[in-house]
Order: sequence, then C-alpha cells, then structure tokens
Amino acid sequence: MLEIQDLAARRGYVMLFSQVSFKVEAGEALIITGANGTGKTTLLRMLAGLSHPLSGKILWQGRETRAFDPVLRNNIMFVGHAPALKDELTAEENLALLVKLAGEEVALGALREALQEVALGARLTVPARVLSQGQRRRIGLARLALVPRPLWVLDEPVTALDPAGIALLTGMMAAHLSKGGAVIAATHQALDLPTGAMRQLSFQ
Amino acid sequence: MSGFKYAAPAQFYPLAGKMALWFGVSAAVLAVIGLVIGLYIAPIDVTQKDSYRIIFIHVPAAWMSMFLYVVMAFWGAIALGMNTRLSAMMAQSIAPTGALMTAIALWTGALWGKPTWGTYWAWDARMTSELILLFLYLGIIALRNAIDDPRRADKACSVLALVGVVNVPIIYMSVNWWNTLHQGATIKAGNSSIDDIMLAGLLFMVFAFWFYSVAVTLVRLRTIMLEREVGAAWVARLPEVKEER
Amino acid sequence: MTTNSSPVFPVRTAMEPGDGVFTAFFWALRRDLRLALRSRAELGVQILFYIIVVALFPLSMSPDKELLMLLGPGVLWVAALLASLLSLPRLFASDYADGTLEQMALSPLPLPALILGKISAHWLTTGLPVVVLAPLLSIQYWLEPEVIWVLMAGLLIGTPVLSLLGAIGAALTLGLRSGGGSLLALLILPLYIPVLIFGAGAVEAVRGGMGADANFSLLAAGLLLALAGAPFATSAAVRISLD
Repeated sequence: MLEIQDLAARRGYVMLFSQVSFKVEAGEALIITGANGTGKTTLLRMLAGLSHPLSGKILWQGRETRAFDPVLRNNIMFVGHAPALKDELTAEENLALLVKLAGEEVALGALREALQEVALGARLTVPARVLSQGQRRRIGLARLALVPRPLWVLDEPVTALDPAGIALLTGMMAAHLSKGGAVIAATHQALDLPTGAMRQLSFQ
Repeated sequence: MSGFKYAAPAQFYPLAGKMALWFGVSAAVLAVIGLVIGLYIAPIDVTQKDSYRIIFIHVPAAWMSMFLYVVMAFWGAIALGMNTRLSAMMAQSIAPTGALMTAIALWTGALWGKPTWGTYWAWDARMTSELILLFLYLGIIALRNAIDDPRRADKACSVLALVGVVNVPIIYMSVNWWNTLHQGATIKAGNSSIDDIMLAGLLFMVFAFWFYSVAVTLVRLRTIMLEREVGAAWVARLPEVKEER
Repeated sequence: MTTNSSPVFPVRTAMEPGDGVFTAFFWALRRDLRLALRSRAELGVQILFYIIVVALFPLSMSPDKELLMLLGPGVLWVAALLASLLSLPRLFASDYADGTLEQMALSPLPLPALILGKISAHWLTTGLPVVVLAPLLSIQYWLEPEVIWVLMAGLLIGTPVLSLLGAIGAALTLGLRSGGGSLLALLILPLYIPVLIFGAGAVEAVRGGMGADANFSLLAAGLLLALAGAPFATSAAVRISLD
C-alpha cells in the first residue's frame, strides 16, 4: 500500500534520520518506537504528506507521491498531537466539521452513534472546552470510525486515553486491519494487536 | 544531468570563489575609471555646479536596487518551482545587497536634494517608491531571520519576494498617481540632456555597481553554502576547512 | 502488492481541479462565522480599537473643523489599515495551534477554497464593521454627506483587499517566535499602500470635482487581482508553515 525508500529528514541543521525504508501492505500495522527527538513525528508527517522529505521517495500503490499530493489526502487519515478541536464548539459540532472536512457526508444520527460508541453520548452538546484530554482524544476516535480511509497514520494515539479508551482504540485498529486497512503508528506503549499483523520499527 | 552540474553546492562552491574574485576585480577597475571620468573629466554643470556629480553613485545604486529585487524574486521562483537549494541560497544572498543599494540610493538622493531642491526629503514619487522598496527588502530579511529552519525560510521568503514583485509595479504606479494628484512635490532635477562623457562615466559606474553586487552576492553565497552544508563530505574536504582543524 | 479494492474503503480518486470548491468555501466560511459569534467579545475589542484610533487624531492635533475635514478620510483609512493588521494574526493562529490547519491542508477539499472561506469570514467580522461604522466616525470629522458615501464605497471595495493581502502575511508568519505582530506589520503594510492611496484618493478626487470613478476602478482591479492571487499564495504559505 505505502512504500518508503531511503527517506531522510533534518530539522534546522540537525540530521534526524536517513535511509529509512519500509513497506506497509493491506492488513498490516507498523508500530514505530523510539526515544523522544528521534524524528518519529517528522517521519509520520512526511508519510501523511504534511512535510517534504530531505531526500528519498514515498510511493502510494507503487506510484511516487509528493507532499500534499491529492492521492495521499484522499487515502490517508492523519491523527497528530493536536486533536483539531475548537473549544467554543460542542463535541457534536466539532465531529461534524471534521468529518465534512475529510470530504464525507454523514447524517446526524450516525454522528451521534459514533460518539455513543466512544462513550461520549452524554457529552454531545457540551463545549469542547470542558472536555478532558482523554475525552477530546475520543472525538478523534469517532472521526476514525466515520471516515473510511485505507491507511491510518497515528502519532502517539494512546496519549491521555484511559485503559478503556486504549482498548477501544486497539479494537478499532484490529477491525481496521481485518477489513484490509493498514496502520502506521508511533507509540511508547505496547499495543494489544494481533501479532501476525504487527511489525515494529525502532528509531535510534 | 550535465547541464545541472553547477546546481549542486559542492560543484558551485569553487566556481563561485573564482567568479567572485574576477567580478570583484573588474568592479574595482570599472569604478576607478568611472570615478575618474565622473569627478575629473566630466564638465561642471551650469545650474547644479559640482553637486550633480553624485549621480555617478546615486543613479547606479537606484538602478541596482530595483534590478536586484527582480533578480531575487526570479531565483525565489526557481527555488519554489524546481525545489533547488542553490537558487534559494542565491535569493538569500542577494537581499542584503539589494537593501544596501536602496539605502545608498535614498541617502545620496537626500544629499543631492539639499543643494538642488533645498531639502533632504520630499514626497517625490521616486523617493517614496524607493523608500517602500527598502521596506520590502527589510521585510524579507526580517522574515528570514525570524524563521529557524532554513528550508522553511527559503520557501517563505520566495513566496514573499514573488508577492512583492507583483506588487512593486502597482505600488510604483499608485505612488506616481498620488504624486501627480498632489502637484506640490513634483521636482525636476536639472535638464535631462546628458553629455556623452557623463553618460560614459555613468555606464562605467553602473557596470561597477553591477559587478560589485555579483561579487558580494557570490561571497555571501559561499558563506551560506558552508553554513548550510556543514557536516557534508565536500565541506570537510575543502582546504580552508582542513587548515582550521 | 495487494491493491486495495475492498468495498469497505470506497475508492477515492483524486478530485478534478474545481471539485469541492463550494463545499470547501462554505465549510470554512460558516465555521469561522460561527466561531466568531461564540467569541463576540473579541470582535468588540477590535471594533473599539478602530473607534479609539480615529478619536486619537483630533486629540493629538486640534479639534479645528477645517483641519479635521481635511484629515478625516485619511485618518479613517489609516485606522482601517491598523484594525485589519491587528486582527490578522488571529486569522490562522488558533487553527494552527489546535491542529485544524493541518487537517485542512490534508483534506481532500481544495485548500485555496478553504482559505478563501476563512478570509471571507475574517472580512465579514472585521472589515465590514469598519465600513458600517465609517459614517458614524465621519461625524467626528465634520465630513460632508457626499464624501461619506465615497469613503464608505472605497472602504467597501478596499477592505477585502486588506484581508486578502494580509492573509498571505499571516500565513507566512505562523508560529514564529518573534511574535507575528510586528513582523507581520513590516511585511504587509508596504503592500497596503496602493489601497490606501486609491481609497483615500477617491475622497480627494470627489472634493476636487474630478469624480472618484478612476479610483474605484483601480481599487476594484486590485480586488480582482487579490481575489485571483491571494488564496493561492496563502495556501502556499500555509503549507510552507506546516512543513
């Protein structure tokens, strides 16, 4: 699905990594581990098409892509550090906006159902400002459920989630993989995924 | 690929060094000839006496100030369009020289204005445009300094230079328009019929300023290359770097 | 390599240029207007800033009627420029900080259309009040009714240009540590000069008995040029700032 060849990156004058190559196929999860500052976030932003690599290639279904390539924008769901929520808007409004921004039309009923699924059913009309960090993350999970994209690129997806939230996330990831999707995630925490589908890439 | 041989810093670095030297020497020679013509050979002006001689500095500086902005925007466009590192560095090294030329043009213009018009500053269309051009240069330099990541700075400054170059004619036109609306400040500097010998001196000075700009830009470019490519193998192989160690 | 033709993931081919432009524009416009309405206090502060700047000039010179009539249109224009400048850092700052801008840049919807929607909302909440308040503030400067109309018309065509040009600067200075504000002013104010000249010039032209048609035509030409160019330049700048 996605292939990386000899990717290199640097921030300012510091070389972050070079000659990173891997391949992710449908049904596979690639878990990227490594200490802070090794360039995991930079790598994920490049895969999502948010950042230009210093050198190397990113191929989608065998075709070379560039940053902000429409092909990447149509096939990848990127969840970054920031949950992209507006404090002034309710959970429901935030989710509706994010789903629409991803180019999907979803009925209000489905939105509410998705929020129920992530245990935010009682918080539909509360401004996001009063939600906890974990609850904000859960809105992101609802977005993952509503926007069908073959590849998920997740940066520290378990941050701020409680054990129930982590179980929810891993369940969604497993379901995504079994449907033929793929996941690339950076995380410090071991994820409970089917071992056959999971590969590790460790960054020094 | 051979055509792009010099598009890589490693190949261009030594060439730029040689070119800087030749352009620098030529600029010095041209300046000496131009100044001798301008200050000694060219006849004295009937109305302005000797004060007109400042045009041998003022006019070349004013021309270069505008020309360099366009050149900078050109390299910025190449950098954005073809994603070449070297052209962005070129644009970066032109900006300070362009700002300097603009400042010289303004300063000599003020010095010239005092004896001829009786004032250092008038809201004349050309002076106002030149002042705005200085702000545009300073904006680009300030944006460059505010951004830590050189690659982001390259692209951001290129976009700004391109937006600026579209706006420069509009700004110039608007200032001209505004100036004719307010007739008071319109000033004609002497008669425009220019002596052949004066023209020759002026041309020598224009080329001197031009070559100087090229030389200084190339020297600055070499410094920027070393700064950016520090740690690269070709930098470590340079004789001047080896000596330092 | 397995191609992913499972029905679970609808094949999303890249959109043709022009697809989703209206969806994107109205998505951003509605969202930003709704956000502005939820934080009305901030809007009020910006409008007050405009009013206070206009009131400062008579205090710094003299309340002489002749002088104020002469200076009034220029003062209102300069205040409009400053009010626009003051509000610009907020155009992208919160979207940049909370990650929405990333999602906008990664959206399949066209980024220039999303940005034009945001700029339109910005103008409706900061530029339009300036136009609407102009007659009220003109009274402080003894402006004649026909002059007020010309002033308003000029502001109506000119202030969108300010928002459009300013957006480029706001996007370029996103997330810079030297606090976008003063740098933004240095980048953008020189580009505002033609708008100021043609806008304030319209009033003088009318007073001089020449009619303001030429000024309005030039302002409108500037608006068209800015509409055609600024959304794309701003998108490029946003992508650069996210990189």
